[in-house]
Amino acid sequence: MSTVTPTSRSWYKRNEIALTPWLFLLPAMLFFAVYVIIPIGQSFWISFHQWDGLGEKTYIGTANYERLLGIGEQNIDRKFETSFWNNLKWLALYLLAVPAGLFIALFLNQTVRGIRLYKSLFFFPFVISQVVVGLVFSWFYLPREGLLNAILGVFGAGPVNILGDPTLATYGIIAAGLWPQTAYCMILYLTGLNAVDPEQVEAARLDGAKGYKMLWYIILPQLKPATFIAFVVTIIGALRSFDLISVMTNGGPFGSTRVLSFYMFEESLSEFGFRMGYGSAIAVVLFFIMLGFIGYFLYSMWRDEKGAR
Amino acid sequence: MFPTPIAKKSRGFQLTYQAVLPFALILWLLPLIAVAMFSIKPAADFANGNYWGWPSSFEGFTNYGKVFLESNMPRYLLNSMFITIPTVLGAVALSSMAGFALGIYKFKGNLFIFFMFIAGNFVPFQILMVPVRDLTINMGMYDSIQGLVLFHIAFQTGFCTLFMRNFIRALPFPLIEAARVEGVAEWRIFFYVVLPLMKPALAALAVLIFTFIWNDYFWAVVLTQGPSAQPVTAGITEFNSQFRAAYHLMSAGSIVAALPPVAMFFLMQKHFIAGLTLGAVK
Repeated sequence: MSTVTPTSRSWYKRNEIALTPWLFLLPAMLFFAVYVIIPIGQSFWISFHQWDGLGEKTYIGTANYERLLGIGEQNIDRKFETSFWNNLKWLALYLLAVPAGLFIALFLNQTVRGIRLYKSLFFFPFVISQVVVGLVFSWFYLPREGLLNAILGVFGAGPVNILGDPTLATYGIIAAGLWPQTAYCMILYLTGLNAVDPEQVEAARLDGAKGYKMLWYIILPQLKPATFIAFVVTIIGALRSFDLISVMTNGGPFGSTRVLSFYMFEESLSEFGFRMGYGSAIAVVLFFIMLGFIGYFLYSMWRDEKGAR
Repeated sequence: MFPTPIAKKSRGFQLTYQAVLPFALILWLLPLIAVAMFSIKPAADFANGNYWGWPSSFEGFTNYGKVFLESNMPRYLLNSMFITIPTVLGAVALSSMAGFALGIYKFKGNLFIFFMFIAGNFVPFQILMVPVRDLTINMGMYDSIQGLVLFHIAFQTGFCTLFMRNFIRALPFPLIEAARVEGVAEWRIFFYVVLPLMKPALAALAVLIFTFIWNDYFWAVVLTQGPSAQPVTAGITEFNSQFRAAYHLMSAGSIVAALPPVAMFFLMQKHFIAGLTLGAVK
């Protein structure tokens, strides 16, 4: 015993620097593998089955995907089509949060009394849960009791029922989503503007640059890290949109506000029976859409990593 | 500084700016102000169609009292607390260890594991939904607080590790080398050298994760049902069906549900913002 202990200890001691990182990584990797990495693979697997979530899975090959995308003699799933187009609308319009955030940040980047409080109050929609934002906006839009129609009434415009109108409902929800997202982008740009090099600005000013030219050629290049993060979080946020839709319209009216994330949830845990296989196929499609963006983000981060060395 | 500091502009411009600020703020927060206003009105105002006039009487105490005494709201708030706090502790603990490993040591696969954490943090929730729900049911943790906490810890570890690793990377490395020369064991370096320097990062992550988890809705709906384990974001739907069309009570309820992260934000603003910018924009 007395001979074994010192050798085993010295083995650890000798390899301490090689072993320690793995010991420190172990718990995080275990959790992450069990709850994130492995489930991604399982979802792929389930998407090739028909499964109600309880009984046996029946292997059906790519039938789920064929039904979803309308391969063969069947038509494309209409609900999927609507969801997909709505996702694109979300993506395009949600990105308005980036310039809007920049605009508000420029507006607030001053040193007057109480400006700190103004900045935090402008930011604070982001801290509220999306569920509450959804409720707040659905009351704001109410045809009879809502403030929006009260204001429109002052200008003589007729009442509109935004969330009840299939052509308007998605835009109404996106507007609600833009509110906290703009606040997020604003705070990113405010911190970015803080770090802008004052000497460069002064030098450019002496050269006669001002207004838009100054913004475009001097300020924005220095705000690049902030812009990058703003794009990342906004794109991810747009594709993740679920809470607002669920709270404000629950996919309606007539399914016009569904997006892929919501449609997947609806299929998998619907009141007409659980279609986990079909739901997983939708999730896989959404995953591949996101993977394009994730790949790009990772590539830019990797480039920065290389540059840092 | 850009735009040009207001102090260098004309007096008239300065006054206009100061006057525009409060108006812009009111316009920005209008939907919220409307809800706050609803929440102090008596029920009679809604019956009479007095939606936007001055409240006929101040009923703030009655309305908020009802929220706390005549609904499941306190239960939901408590559940949210029991879900949020262990998650914050767990995710911060796991990720500071992982961040230490990835930020300090050079080994094969370091960058690969790091990018795995980042990528996992961006995936859509839906690709995890069916297997995670299944796993939680099989472990007998469906509709329980522990089930939600375990998942949240695992998922948040991705974002937290990204944050921690970048923070630790920016620490002065000679400090660790000096400790090694002194013969300090590696795990002691973590506890006595690195951890004390990580305080700002720990604070930033803690507030941020608190907000994220408190505001989570999707996983609450997928992994729980009913007041025994549901957090306030999911419980508010049940609350709203209990007080259907009673806008003054629903408004009061949603303000109560939204308040804890708001309080957290105003108390720890500096840390919160440092966390949001992922430490990339300083």
